[in-house]
Amino acid sequence: MEDKILVEVKDLKKYFKTSKGMLHAVDGLNFKIRKGTTLGVVGESGCGKSTLGRVLLHLHESTGGQIIYDGQDITHYAAKDLVEIRKRMQMIFQDPSASLDPRKNVKNLIGEPLKNFKVCKSKAEYEQRVSEIMETVGLAPRYAESYSHELDGGRRQRIGIGRALAMNPEFIVCDEPVSALDVSIQAQVLNLLMDLQEEKGLTYIFITHDLSVVKHISHEIIVMYLGQCVEYAKTDALFKKPMHPYTQGLLEAVPIPSLTGKKLSTEVMKGELTSPIEPKPGCRFANRCPHATEKCRGRDIALKEVEPGHFVACTLFA
Amino acid sequence: MKKLWKRIKNSRVVKVLFARKAVIVCLIILAVMILAAIFAPFVAPYDPYKQDLRNMLQHISPAHLLGTDSMGRDLVSRIIYGGRVSFTVGLVSVLVAGSIGMVLGLIAGMAGGVVDAVIMRVMDAMMSVPMIIMALFLGSILGKGLGNICLAIGISMVPSYARVTRGQVLTVREMDYITAGTLCGASKVKNTLVHILPNCISSNIVLMTMNLGNAILNEAALSFLGMGINPPTASWGSMVNDGYKYMSSNPVIAIAPGVFIMIVVLCFNMVGDALRDAMDPKLRGTLGKKKKVKRAKA
Repeated sequence: MEDKILVEVKDLKKYFKTSKGMLHAVDGLNFKIRKGTTLGVVGESGCGKSTLGRVLLHLHESTGGQIIYDGQDITHYAAKDLVEIRKRMQMIFQDPSASLDPRKNVKNLIGEPLKNFKVCKSKAEYEQRVSEIMETVGLAPRYAESYSHELDGGRRQRIGIGRALAMNPEFIVCDEPVSALDVSIQAQVLNLLMDLQEEKGLTYIFITHDLSVVKHISHEIIVMYLGQCVEYAKTDALFKKPMHPYTQGLLEAVPIPSLTGKKLSTEVMKGELTSPIEPKPGCRFANRCPHATEKCRGRDIALKEVEPGHFVACTLFA
Repeated sequence: MKKLWKRIKNSRVVKVLFARKAVIVCLIILAVMILAAIFAPFVAPYDPYKQDLRNMLQHISPAHLLGTDSMGRDLVSRIIYGGRVSFTVGLVSVLVAGSIGMVLGLIAGMAGGVVDAVIMRVMDAMMSVPMIIMALFLGSILGKGLGNICLAIGISMVPSYARVTRGQVLTVREMDYITAGTLCGASKVKNTLVHILPNCISSNIVLMTMNLGNAILNEAALSFLGMGINPPTASWGSMVNDGYKYMSSNPVIAIAPGVFIMIVVLCFNMVGDALRDAMDPKLRGTLGKKKKVKRAKA
């Protein structure tokens, strides 16, 4: 773990135009990711996690704020400059069967970035590099000619990881890379990702809704609710002492295997996400929150450092 | 050259294609017909244009295997010569329609917005006119002649390809592997050609094989209406057209060329179907794994 900051995001915003008004998918996020660490992003579906990942990679143009990558402000990079930066940042997708072209075999899928960025001088070098990557992600050479639909989910996701690793990037956005997989294979893929991080010093942003996964892999965690960050802390601190009512609710909803079979928690969060379209100022969680008061409504609540390194956006700690 | 041949021979598409016996049969039938049409002067027993009014409307006989038509011309010879026009019209017009339609569909689907709206409204307008009237209209602009007929029939079929392709593009372009392509450094054009087009092509192949027969028949209709090939030139479509008047007295005149159209369409359908399957990794199955597994005796 180094102290160098690889990715820094300042007040990042991404709004989508809809027929009903502006949809605030990502609304004012701030965070820093140190090189070689993993930032977990958790939240329920529709809270803007995936949008965040895509905005970071410039797949969507951001509406406001800054993305600083390795000291450079890449927020407004044009397509030409993006080519260079894209060699250094990659993405692993949620559903490997949708993210792999069904008409390409494993070799061509993994080699695609090598071909597009023209990194290999000769065919032999290309073949060599592809087989190296396949070995790195644990794909046997005999699968080189296979097509993705012929393989199981875990191997498919390994192809996706291999493709992301082909250019030797330093930063990878993992967009729910294990949610489409069996539990047993989830562990394999997570371990592979962690091994790769150790080996190559990779930096991850790990988007997921699965708290046990995020606990396993992340160094720091952001809890997102309707495009905003409600809690931002080190993994241990967050799991030991969740402060925001939403985080508490999320953690209480995690099933704990128990032999005695006693009822664990009666306080399950009620209600659903409110609409992210033109949200009113104030805490967006207020109408589901058991502690909500008048103070929560009417004005936005900023993140506050309650303990060193532990940020919470809640009036309870204001 | 040798290398290329080896590559073609070893490619999975070809192997899968030729693993089907029906495909081989169809290809042989088509090859025989096309070769016969090309070498018609050497194959045909009679001159297809020589009228023999004493022997008109002959029934099947050893001298005239399929009889003669209303001008006393030998039907077998006319069918062999007619293959020249019919194959050309069928294949060329379908290729014209397919290539123009796919390009328009790709552009419409990828560009979206105004470009999409303009292209698709033009296609809709073309679709609302019956194909034969469209072809007639185009034929009257372009003039007579085999090339123009192919073009006219081809263009009149473009809208269906454009529609089908655009529909496919709209589904495929939202797939994650297109995003992945962008991240892997593919430009928009490259992404379209490498990832989107191959994933849109199968329905177009099916459409092409289906339209082939239509094109052959449309040529006949155009010729019948005076826009196509000049009367003495033989084509299967025009032979069906000429022959139907004698349906009650000598049905062979109309049925024989009709059967040939049917055979060609059937063969192309089979080959097209197999080609689509062979090009799609998900449909082509696992070849070479059919080897008998030796089981050890328990």
